[in-house]
Amino acid sequence: MKNLFDSGHRGCAGCCDAMAAKFTLMGAGEDSIVINPTGCLEVMTTPFPETSWNVPWIHSLFENAAAVGAGVEAALKSLGKENTKVVVMGGDGATLDIGMRSISGTFERGHDLTYVCIDNEAYMNTGVQRSGATPYNASTTTSPSGKVSFGNPRPKKNMPAIMAAHGAPYVATTSIGFPKDMIKKVAKATEIEGPTYVHAHAPCTTGWGFDTSKTVEVAKMAVQTGLWPLYEMEDGEVTKVRKIGKNVKPVEDYLKMQRRFKHLFTMEGGEEEIAKIQAIADKNIEDFGL
Amino acid sequence: MAPENKLDKSKMVVVEGSYAVAHAVKTCRPNVISAYPITPQTHIVEDLSQFMADGEIPNCEYINVESEFSALSALVGSSAAGARCYSATTSQGLELMHEVLFNVSGMRLPVVMTIVNRAVSAPISIWNDQQDSISQRDTGWIQLYAENIQEISDMTAQAYKISEDKDILMPAMTCMDGFILSHVYEPVVLLEQDLTDEFLPAYEPERILDPKNPLSFGAFADPNYYAEFRYLQEQAMQKALKKIEDVANEFYDIYGRYYGGLIDEYRTDDADIIIMAMGSIVGTIKDLIDKLRDRNVKVGLLKVRAFRPFPAEAIKEVIKDSKVIVTLDKNISLGLNEGALCTETKSVLYNSDIRVPVIGYMIGHGGRDIKVDTIEKIVDDAEEVIKTGIRIESQFADLKEELL
Repeated sequence: MKNLFDSGHRGCAGCCDAMAAKFTLMGAGEDSIVINPTGCLEVMTTPFPETSWNVPWIHSLFENAAAVGAGVEAALKSLGKENTKVVVMGGDGATLDIGMRSISGTFERGHDLTYVCIDNEAYMNTGVQRSGATPYNASTTTSPSGKVSFGNPRPKKNMPAIMAAHGAPYVATTSIGFPKDMIKKVAKATEIEGPTYVHAHAPCTTGWGFDTSKTVEVAKMAVQTGLWPLYEMEDGEVTKVRKIGKNVKPVEDYLKMQRRFKHLFTMEGGEEEIAKIQAIADKNIEDFGL
Repeated sequence: MAPENKLDKSKMVVVEGSYAVAHAVKTCRPNVISAYPITPQTHIVEDLSQFMADGEIPNCEYINVESEFSALSALVGSSAAGARCYSATTSQGLELMHEVLFNVSGMRLPVVMTIVNRAVSAPISIWNDQQDSISQRDTGWIQLYAENIQEISDMTAQAYKISEDKDILMPAMTCMDGFILSHVYEPVVLLEQDLTDEFLPAYEPERILDPKNPLSFGAFADPNYYAEFRYLQEQAMQKALKKIEDVANEFYDIYGRYYGGLIDEYRTDDADIIIMAMGSIVGTIKDLIDKLRDRNVKVGLLKVRAFRPFPAEAIKEVIKDSKVIVTLDKNISLGLNEGALCTETKSVLYNSDIRVPVIGYMIGHGGRDIKVDTIEKIVDDAEEVIKTGIRIESQFADLKEELL
């Protein structure tokens, strides 16, 4: 198979974005046009005059990737090239925060494209600032832990539910720790007509603070604790769930792998905070029957 | 001498300005239209929507976006994918597009957009001035200003031909005064389909998003590369100076209609006083000039059609033998106390050997009616400048002192 996402990019060792891009294109195939908002993936793959992309690729701005995708799709339709797949790949900030209006409009209008959110839970390209996808109690540079703070005060925005509420025919969560799962879901998403959404959990070695060899392990642990449930929704209903079963791990095992949660193990009251995170995982396990 | 405008009266119909523009857009055979409704642009997009609903624009998609930001963002994707693209907006909508405007021109995407000029908030005003588009002068868009409905309609086809030229590839705004042109009914010749098919060839860009030949658009440029991108955009703007003239002449050859190229002139040959202005105000000024000429006041008009690229040489050629230049601006650069036409005109003259005084008036802000009397008083001021020199370089023309 042709390597649609080439080597030689400027990503860190163990970069989650590079894996996500590779898996996405393995699912979407070569007859695709990729749209990237501003972010790590864009910067590391296209330092002019080089590019890592062996598919047509366009970057416009930070907050408009879904609208650009809508425009590409409309152009393909009007020019009679409907078979080509339109795939947007955006980070969590570009998707959940600054690009929210754009993705909402694109999904409401029903454009035939697939949006893959690569969720590394903060603004990594600019130095690990919090986003709407940053989890509860994660320490970032704009939600640092401190004498009177445990870090980010809010849980993650539930973006897959929001996209399902737009009437998207297919919404799925996945993780770069499960490449086959991700490739399969992206492939399925691109085959389904209409706006489809795949939300990929993607641990960032620099932003989260773990060794560059541990990206996949951390990603797997997020799923095994129940903090990141893997499921598919078709026409608004959950149709498939990846079970954890007896292998469920305590959230502590996940948290202690990462520098961004380190303060929970040293600060007074940290135990209670970890219990609150465990409650989030427990609720996921119950809600999705993990 | 400028060609004589040959309007075929048998073809004339009475339509609203917005309809004439929408019809012109349809005639240019766009592939993607993407727009968000905003007063006073609404009638254009409503008319286009009706054309779509009636199946009158073949091979075209209309995207009913959720904001002006997305309206233009979508066209980044459409244009890069090889589509001929159109949008229309005004005022707040155009300001919301600001970031995307730079992006479109930086990627050299020849999008054409009608600007229905309107004041900007605050205070909120839906009425006409030109602050909205003038404030976008540095975004790398060609800006053309129309005097009347016939001109804005025909300018649409001209804009595509200019923008899509392989030596140019810069987006264009065609600007019409809100309400004054957009909501007024006038007799016009609607842009003819057969002539337009002859004038405007199909859009066939060399570089598009195509899986058979994958290219990367919108890469990031470090300091080793960035400046050259900017330089090349400026080179394209300079080439557009000639292209705008050429296209106006080609348009005349095919349609018989002409409104000037970069500029147009009215009774400037022996004029001591030359009034410079853009947009619908030009008609009022022409009427006044006829009246003043009857009284032997040697006054003429220099209509600026192209504000970007700025027609420095064309302007110099017209004004070099005059005694005073008066600029009328429906905009202001706050903190400089000048409108853009005033500032730009002075700047192009400064290092030349033309020593004609320039006085500027800011006029018609927020839709205030521009009366012939007001401009006549300005001409009186200009006559004083010839005799005694400049006393006030730039000022508001029509302030109500009692409100201050």
